[in-house]
Amino acid sequence: MPKLTIDGKEVEVDAGLTVLQACEQAGIEIPRFCYHERLSIAGNCRMCLVALERAPKPVASCAMPVAEGMVVHTNTPEVHKMRKGVMEFLLINHPLDCPICDQGGECDLQDQAMGYGLDHSRYKENKRAVEDKEMGPLIKTIMTRCIHCTRCVRFTTEVAGITDMGMLYRGEHAEITSYLEKAVDSELSGNVIDLCPVGALTSKPYAFVARPWELKKTETVDVMDALGSNIRVDARGSEVMRVLPRLNEDVNEEWISDKTRFACDGLRRQRLDRPYVRQGGKLQPATWDEAFAAIKSKVDGVAGTKIAAIAGDQADCEAMVSLKMLMGNLGSANIDCRQDGSKIDPSLRAGYIFNSTIAGIENADALLIVGSNPRVEAAVLNARIRKRFMAGKFPIGVIGEAADLRYDYQHLGSGPEDLKKVLGAKSEFGKILKAANRPMIIVGQGALAREDGAAVHALTREIADTYGMIDKSSGWNGYCVLHTAASRVGGLDLGFVPGEGGLSTDEIVASAGKGDIEVLYLLGADEIDMNALGSAYVIYQGHHGDAGAHRADVILPGAAYTEKNATWVNTEGRVQLGRLAAFPPGDAREDWTIIRALSDVLGKSIEVGDLRAVRSKLVDAHSNFMNIDTVASAPWGEFGTAGEVSSAPFASPITNFYMTDPISRASETMAKCTETFLGSQEMKTGTDG
Amino acid sequence: MSDAPETFAFTSENKAKADAVIAKYPEGRQRSAVMPLLDIAQRQSGGWLPMPAIEYVADYLDMPAIRVLEVATFYTMYNLKPIGKHFVQVCTNLPCWLNGSDNIMHACHSHLGIKTGETTEDGEFTLVEAECLGACVNAPMMQINDDYYEDLDSDATKQILDDLRAGKQPKTGSQLERYTCEPLGGLTSLTHQEELRAQKVSEKGDN
Repeated sequence: MPKLTIDGKEVEVDAGLTVLQACEQAGIEIPRFCYHERLSIAGNCRMCLVALERAPKPVASCAMPVAEGMVVHTNTPEVHKMRKGVMEFLLINHPLDCPICDQGGECDLQDQAMGYGLDHSRYKENKRAVEDKEMGPLIKTIMTRCIHCTRCVRFTTEVAGITDMGMLYRGEHAEITSYLEKAVDSELSGNVIDLCPVGALTSKPYAFVARPWELKKTETVDVMDALGSNIRVDARGSEVMRVLPRLNEDVNEEWISDKTRFACDGLRRQRLDRPYVRQGGKLQPATWDEAFAAIKSKVDGVAGTKIAAIAGDQADCEAMVSLKMLMGNLGSANIDCRQDGSKIDPSLRAGYIFNSTIAGIENADALLIVGSNPRVEAAVLNARIRKRFMAGKFPIGVIGEAADLRYDYQHLGSGPEDLKKVLGAKSEFGKILKAANRPMIIVGQGALAREDGAAVHALTREIADTYGMIDKSSGWNGYCVLHTAASRVGGLDLGFVPGEGGLSTDEIVASAGKGDIEVLYLLGADEIDMNALGSAYVIYQGHHGDAGAHRADVILPGAAYTEKNATWVNTEGRVQLGRLAAFPPGDAREDWTIIRALSDVLGKSIEVGDLRAVRSKLVDAHSNFMNIDTVASAPWGEFGTAGEVSSAPFASPITNFYMTDPISRASETMAKCTETFLGSQEMKTGTDG
Repeated sequence: MSDAPETFAFTSENKAKADAVIAKYPEGRQRSAVMPLLDIAQRQSGGWLPMPAIEYVADYLDMPAIRVLEVATFYTMYNLKPIGKHFVQVCTNLPCWLNGSDNIMHACHSHLGIKTGETTEDGEFTLVEAECLGACVNAPMMQINDDYYEDLDSDATKQILDDLRAGKQPKTGSQLERYTCEPLGGLTSLTHQEELRAQKVSEKGDN
């Protein structure tokens, strides 16, 4: 390991690091604009200049590898002069319109100009102006502010895997643009807004909305997909203004998908802010007492076997465990959190979580994707697969839709029959898996949410076993289920699945249609076929006036994910806490409190006094709920039910990435994205979920 | 001057040229050939690169169109707008300027009736200012299409433009009596070179 001296301090760092990284390890901050840890090195902003002894001129520390015996100075008058000079050049064509710039207050250029800039301008000539570029409904551009760091170009090319952006012309005339000013067509495009060190690329929906210092920042988790991306919710009063990513190397690094970032305007529209009771065929506003009384008069005297509950895709664990207890008290075993009708086997934890962990993808050396389109089901995870792919020697096979995943793969077929072929001795991809040290399989809901889902589940286990994807000695488990719903793993963990003799989602819906289920409790479940519920009495608890609320006989207004302190478990089985960023609107309440209050009214009290009590019930249901923010490895075993498989091809459950849940369906921004990226045709089918 | 064509494809002749260029690079490194291919495309399209040509080259080399566009916009020798039949580039860098490139520019302006960056109405001439073209010894100079015209003055410039308009090929290189960039009054050193050259010229003449 090379030793070098930085500002008189001797440090020893790993070989292959850059001087800038070595300085960071020594606790010395080097100003920079173009350098970013997760992108390739460009070295074009020149802000990170340092003085290197025996070097003829200043050195860009971001692009200089460390060497034995280097003597680096970062804090001498010469270095300050260099930085001042670079800053002066950068500001020559920068408009200095901070008062009307959305980046103001959180701008790298602004901050560093305070630290390294001159206190006045010596530039008397005309500044250049650049025409703004059209980049779609999410990214607003004011290109005159651009300092050409090319972070956006490198991000879209390297991480997002699209080649839409580039820098045209040269020198004084250089301009960043998307090709032919097309909208930047990536599920991760919003991240360029965070990456932009100046106000050239800003959020279009957030334009002129708020200043960073007026916002209350809450660190929480995302529920738009099953990844549980770590986010920061910025709220002003009771209104969520924007969502930003939070660094978590194990989950989302520092990226989030566009749905996570931009669907928050859906939190302001079509909200259920008071209870409703259907009277004379019409939903009438009611008080909580009236709503509970209506439920009591209906539920009293109905046998437990005729009551059922389905939990939706964004339900939190506290609400689910409360509802599970209530249903138990009512004598019903008809509960299911798999509202998509997934046949996934809840008996063994290793059979329904993403065992390798998301960060573990980077250790894998072969991948088989079954019935999943990770690009739309978990865009950030897809970026992780691409990162591994870009590192080289990573054969990927796909069985299912041959979608553009932003990396190359072998398309091995589209249905269960092709999956069986992989098991065959003649399978080429089988040989690749066999030869790999740490092979992995990603099983999507497209493979499990179908009639033969249990058999496909068993088949994937057989593949995992056959090709040594589970290596007990090294602790590698490459069997990975990719969920699409934030609530799913939590629901399976705490056992929100049919009890003895209980009905699953499909059976509940069918029984309701036949009149065998008289009362159906929907906990934010909007993606089931509401027309098939017959004359069942539907209680809908949720936060948006979506499909479930339209069908409901009683509506209990709940809290959206930004409005409650609640627990979610991501697809890896990582238990994460969401925190309240803004209070729910009007009469709406945190979900578990609604269920507890209702249980009291029904005389079937679930007897939990506070959040702590509910969480202890969670721990009772599954000890994993104690392990906040970590992933505990799950023991391997048997799961799934071997059986006949159909020949129908796998299809991803998500047809429209931008609209998958009540919040994103209510979002104007997501509607604009749907129109821009998928065309109006998709919009009609996509909104039905 | 032609409007932007809808499509573009190499002629079979140019295709052969392009493939020869690509063959110079190792397998899978065909992108390195982007600049020569753009040049071939520009020549085929009448001196400029319409968007379909850029996209065609991108396709041909299996690279993203934006990367080709970056190259095409970076280098000044690719024209992104239609140009006249004769592309007049007058050097205005320091040596030429000191030797009167302003006069050459004025001569072009008045004789062609256009300003810098414009094209004559008949589509014959486009006039632009160029950065140093490396013929400073014979400054001032200008380049028209692939030919250099050096040691210019107003009259010589006008004569060249007239000849071109009339369809004649003017004398290229120095417009004064000198061989390439040798001293005007004859060689001052290595004088035996003169005899050698005289020999060569007469040999050529004999053939």
